[in-house]
Amino acid sequence: MHVASIVPISLTVGANRIVPAVAIPYPLGNPELPEDEERELRLKLVKKALRALETEVEKQTVFEE
Amino acid sequence: MAEKKYRVVHYLNQFYAGIGGEEKADIPPLIKEGAVGPGRPLQQALGEEGEIVATVVCGDSYFAENIEAAAESVVEPVSRYKPDVFVAGPAFNAGRYGIACGASCSAVSKKLGIPVITAMYKENPALELYRKEVYIIPSADSVRGMAEVIPRMASFVRKLGLRQEVGLPEADGYFPRGIRVNQFVGRTGAERAVDMLLSKLRGEPFQTEYPMPTFERVPPSPVVKELHSATIALVTSGGIVPLGNPDRIEAASASKFAEYNIAGVHDLTPDAYQTCHGGYDPVYANNDPDRVLPLDAMRALEKDGTIGKLYDHYYVTVGNATSIANAQKFGEVIAEKLKAADVDGVILTST
Amino acid sequence: MRLELGIIKIEDVQFGEETTVRNGTLYVNKKELIGLVRQDDRLSEVDVELTRPGEEVRIMPVKDVIEPRVKVSGSAELFPGIIGKIGTLGSGRTNVLRGAAIVTVGRIVGYQEGLIDMSGPGAQYSPFSQTNNVALILHPIHGLAPHAHEEAVRLAGLRAAVYLGKTAKDLAPDELEVYELNPVTDTTLPRVAYVHPLLSEGLLHDTYLYGVDAKRILPSLIHPNEVMDGAIVSGNCVSACDKHTTYHHLNNPVIKELYRRHGKDLNFIGVVISNLNVTLADKERSSDYASKLVKLIGAEGAIITEEGFGNPDTDLMMLCKKIEEYGIKTVLITDEYAGRDGGSQSLADAVPQADAVISVGNANEVIDLPPMKRIIGDLKRAEVIAGGFVGCLSTDGGLNIEIQAIMGSTCQLGFGTLTAGGY
Repeated sequence: MHVASIVPISLTVGANRIVPAVAIPYPLGNPELPEDEERELRLKLVKKALRALETEVEKQTVFEE
Repeated sequence: MAEKKYRVVHYLNQFYAGIGGEEKADIPPLIKEGAVGPGRPLQQALGEEGEIVATVVCGDSYFAENIEAAAESVVEPVSRYKPDVFVAGPAFNAGRYGIACGASCSAVSKKLGIPVITAMYKENPALELYRKEVYIIPSADSVRGMAEVIPRMASFVRKLGLRQEVGLPEADGYFPRGIRVNQFVGRTGAERAVDMLLSKLRGEPFQTEYPMPTFERVPPSPVVKELHSATIALVTSGGIVPLGNPDRIEAASASKFAEYNIAGVHDLTPDAYQTCHGGYDPVYANNDPDRVLPLDAMRALEKDGTIGKLYDHYYVTVGNATSIANAQKFGEVIAEKLKAADVDGVILTST
Repeated sequence: MRLELGIIKIEDVQFGEETTVRNGTLYVNKKELIGLVRQDDRLSEVDVELTRPGEEVRIMPVKDVIEPRVKVSGSAELFPGIIGKIGTLGSGRTNVLRGAAIVTVGRIVGYQEGLIDMSGPGAQYSPFSQTNNVALILHPIHGLAPHAHEEAVRLAGLRAAVYLGKTAKDLAPDELEVYELNPVTDTTLPRVAYVHPLLSEGLLHDTYLYGVDAKRILPSLIHPNEVMDGAIVSGNCVSACDKHTTYHHLNNPVIKELYRRHGKDLNFIGVVISNLNVTLADKERSSDYASKLVKLIGAEGAIITEEGFGNPDTDLMMLCKKIEEYGIKTVLITDEYAGRDGGSQSLADAVPQADAVISVGNANEVIDLPPMKRIIGDLKRAEVIAGGFVGCLSTDGGLNIEIQAIMGSTCQLGFGTLTAGGY
């Protein structure tokens, strides 16, 4: 599965399970957050990615909230 | 003309070489001196400047059943005749013959480094397989188009034989190979853009300078069933590498990927890891590489039993001006390695 | 709004006692220029070197190129909000030292600076092989943060351009370029807008509009004259081939061409500035907003340019799709990353509406650049800059490198005459 900041590119190139990330220079972080909140955010994204791996898909799927 | 003639070797199947039909389709490659079958009118069209010095003949079934080996076995006899050009066919719409023409041209071009050309019908399945590596000119779908295609083949062979520059596909009459080649034209991009816009607005025909690409699709992989006992791997195109970039992955246009052991690593810290990606502001990733390769989060989930194990290696390249062809190649190799290591799922992060 | 560019042709550059222009030669008082730049205490070491078209010189690593200019009349100052007072540009007279350029040299982060060859096979790829260049070689004080380093180098270049430009204040121009959007009486001419997204992705990928960091703007309407008069400044070190230098902004070729045909073949109705940001939400918002502005001003056709590559391909495609969905015809200008063999797909994103595309060349194409007699800057970073690779620098100083590393080689404003064809 693909954790991608720019979902349209991920869709164009053909990823099947896509989790939208935060931003290009920090897909799994946010330097504006305090350290513990940033770590929490990253954990949430990774969990979402794992959920995507557990989810049956038939076509390209973007895992929003 | 005292000048030396350029030398041509021609490839034909058993049928056009006059050896026989389907019953002779399993003959291995053999060589005949001079021009044979369609090679004769081809020689006539070439005139005095070039000479078909030999013809390689192979059975269609023999070739189709051992494509690589057959193509290989064509190269050696061809090389003995020291040709300047190798020409195959025309194959029209014959599938096996098309593949034999394409594959032999491709092998000769790669091994002997000489220019190659063949001809076939636009729907011949071999066209898509070989058009990138071989000049293929269009022919009719059957032998009825022989008289029409021979002069065009001859003029292309002549061009290659005399080492003349091959022009654009439209001008020189071959199927576009999909190779993008730079050239300076008389007018600036801005001038061309305004011209094109005016044509488009007026409803006049115009030709885009880059037709939109079509991207390949792959079927979705099956789900990871028992996550708590699964091995999950991390792969990134975000350029996270050990400090100093030991494998010297390029900042842009990556020609390679790398594999690093992360067994025992619990957090990616700036004193041990960095980004080598040249396409985004590196400050944030350098301060905390977990922002691109979420190793700390994976370790936490491994510890609390959400996943069975984080795979001991991760794979990294730089997705910055890196060609899709290279990326595809990396992907295939990485996937094989992960499969061999019984990895159940992969999280790919990109910047 | 009427802008007159008074063109003073510069054919040579020399050091001299006094910084001045005489008979087409720009004389530079080296000490004075160094003194001016050294006023910024973030720079520890400053040197100036000169080079002219045709010389066996390689300049590297280059950050920005700026054309020296001076406002002769009109209330505004050049590069407002950065080194000039705030004021609306685009009116009155601006004198230009055409044929001269400030080139800022020195490693910042190392990946995204470029090179200029003044002669040899690389020269034809860069417009800056044709200018008489005043190169500022700039070294930061120890430990200066990258953000501050970039700013110090950017300001040094702009200050130097203004300093040299002042020599033109009282000169009589060799020719006058006049830019004025006169109303078009022929209502059958198609109404054409220009959509100009600026790279704004963070450190070393930023652009400034009247001093405002472009990542913080909503797309807005701007008079083409403002662009041609210094409203946009590059703070940008993305791959050398397709970033817009400040020089490119001052001489925007799309604006020039639309002006040239204004009232004859088309009706040039304005420029929409947008940005190229790092989040998807920003990309959606900016492309929505820019498209809406294009519709609002009543365009029937639009030229859309790009800066950078990869994720900005998405912005380009979003703009194309959304503007076409308003029924407005578009033409895009982009470069390609088709691999060194030219055999790969060229863009990271694509939409079916993008049926009219100008290609300004494959940036991955590799070129052999012979060694040069003189190096301004140094070649040490050749293997790590975008377009370089391990082994691309030979011991004699020759380079085997992608044209990606050459300043302006695939400028997506359509500045050059390069294209890529399908073979």
